Amino acid sequence: MSTQRDTELPILAVEGVSKSYGEQIGCADISFDLWPGEVLAIVGESGSGKTTLLNCLSAQLLPDRGRARYSMRADGLRDIYDMTEAERRFLMRTDWAFVHQNPRDGLRMTVSAGANVGERLMAIGQRHYGNIRASAVDWLEKVEVDAGRIDHSPRTFSGGMQQRLQIARNLVTGPRLVFMDEPTGGLDVSVQARLLDLIRGLVTRLQLSVIIVTHDLAVARLLAHRMMVMRNGHVVEEGLTDQVLDDPQHAYTQLLVSSVLQA
Amino acid sequence: MEREKAYNFAYLDEQTKRMIRRAILKAVAIPGYQVPFASREMPMPYGWGTGGVQVTASVLGQDDVLKVIDQGADDTTNAVSIRKFFKKTAGVETTTETGRASVIQTRHRVPEDELRPDQILVYQVPIPEPLRFLEPRETETRTMHALEEYGLMHVKLYEDISRHGHIATTYAYPVHVNARYMMDPSPIPKFDNPKLHRMAALQLFGAGREKRIYAVPPHTQVHSLDFDDHPFEVQKWDKACAICGAEDSFLDEIITDDAGGRMFVCSDTDYCNRQCEGVAK
Ligand SMILES: Nc1ncnc2c1ncn2[C@@H]1O[C@H](COP(=O)(O)OP(=O)(O)OP(=O)(O)O)[C@@H](O)[C@H]1O
Ligand SMILES: [Mg+2]
Repeated sequence: MSTQRDTELPILAVEGVSKSYGEQIGCADISFDLWPGEVLAIVGESGSGKTTLLNCLSAQLLPDRGRARYSMRADGLRDIYDMTEAERRFLMRTDWAFVHQNPRDGLRMTVSAGANVGERLMAIGQRHYGNIRASAVDWLEKVEVDAGRIDHSPRTFSGGMQQRLQIARNLVTGPRLVFMDEPTGGLDVSVQARLLDLIRGLVTRLQLSVIIVTHDLAVARLLAHRMMVMRNGHVVEEGLTDQVLDDPQHAYTQLLVSSVLQA
Repeated sequence: MEREKAYNFAYLDEQTKRMIRRAILKAVAIPGYQVPFASREMPMPYGWGTGGVQVTASVLGQDDVLKVIDQGADDTTNAVSIRKFFKKTAGVETTTETGRASVIQTRHRVPEDELRPDQILVYQVPIPEPLRFLEPRETETRTMHALEEYGLMHVKLYEDISRHGHIATTYAYPVHVNARYMMDPSPIPKFDNPKLHRMAALQLFGAGREKRIYAVPPHTQVHSLDFDDHPFEVQKWDKACAICGAEDSFLDEIITDDAGGRMFVCSDTDYCNRQCEGVAK
């Protein structure tokens, strides 16, 4: 990673974020900095709190405690939980992206692929049909969806295509921070591999900062610079991906890694 | 005409009218904003303009002259029955002449004549929410209005162009009111949209089933949405009205026989009649 951290601000600075559902811990006392251009994987078994944490970090869920300061383009670090709903929603459709596991949660299934990609552009005030359509074509190509499908409904797309469309729809406004929740979950292995390649290419080319939730260590290995291992809502180990995977320190991580090796 | 004493003036009780007037005042204060109101059961089915009827009942005074139009005509069943209703319950004078009316209740048209500051136009509205088409969640549409997140309106127009090559929406064409709220102008033809812009008369919109009232105060800016490269346009005909010869009015196509014969005539019957009289004079 970059060596200029002392002069650079993190893009997201997370301190003590905790969220419980009544008695049930969702995530507890999570702190970390995410640096520009860095890909962080959050791994852990089902119920360990990955989605809860991701939803807190993307301000879709308000934590009980803690703060998460985002490096705004204009005015430096701002706690996302102190922002107005209008500010948060504006970030959500401009500077941030959220890729859901189920493309149905991230796509507008009742309008065409082109309209799905164009929506964020129209939301930020673009009013030239020809330009919006040209951007949609461009982005469909970037995510390797046949541009000839631009007027088709996403309902007629395969799962892998829907996921690529969801990515295009999110990246069209040039966001800097991308949240992904199991973006390759539920896809065939060969489709997964292609999608991961695509994501890796885009992340590198666009220098995106990414927080990706996955229970698949291979996904973390392929995409992430750094990873955090969660268990029962707590981070039990974190570090550079290769280090954590090749030389796990915590017993739980060792178990995770060895169970993958055996499988 | 004498009203039947069994009813309170204009059917609704005074308390209900006060409640509706408060909603109207709020609507006038926030142009294009949908104000919820406690819509009452009316002695007619929804879809017959119960929202418009309640608004009319609340603004009507003894000296008002009422005109009711449906699709531009004064003599359709819907228009006739609403006119009868107010004759019976309010005893007000009714008219078919746009120029003589002080309150005009309408479904699906705006009169061709320019309206005056001393007139009120009351629209019957079936679906007040312009964002409903793409966003079924009420909580979400409310937030979108509050935060002026209106990108979705253009998504709808985008779909139109990608499917038809042009903006194919011809009725209920969405407008931006006073550069703030998106509004459904009710199912009027887009031909009528430019008349809403800076109209001298007060425009009130009532949706009975959905319990919403909204308004465009006199002289308010009303902008029909479009794209820079697909500007808003109104319908045009290459014919004049077959009855009065008008070339500037909204024309209805009428089938004249079963051999494919048809003609185009003014949808605004009062306007058409006066054009004919003008020609005769
Ligand atoms: N809305 C909720 N109400 C109550 N408990 C919840 C809620 N959402 C999550 N939880 C609980 O919080 C804990 C963390 O759940 P979370 O969904 O964050 O886990 P996860 O790591 O994303 O799991 P998975 O891999 O299955 O998606 C679990 O015990 C879960 O049952
Ligand atoms: Mg999850």
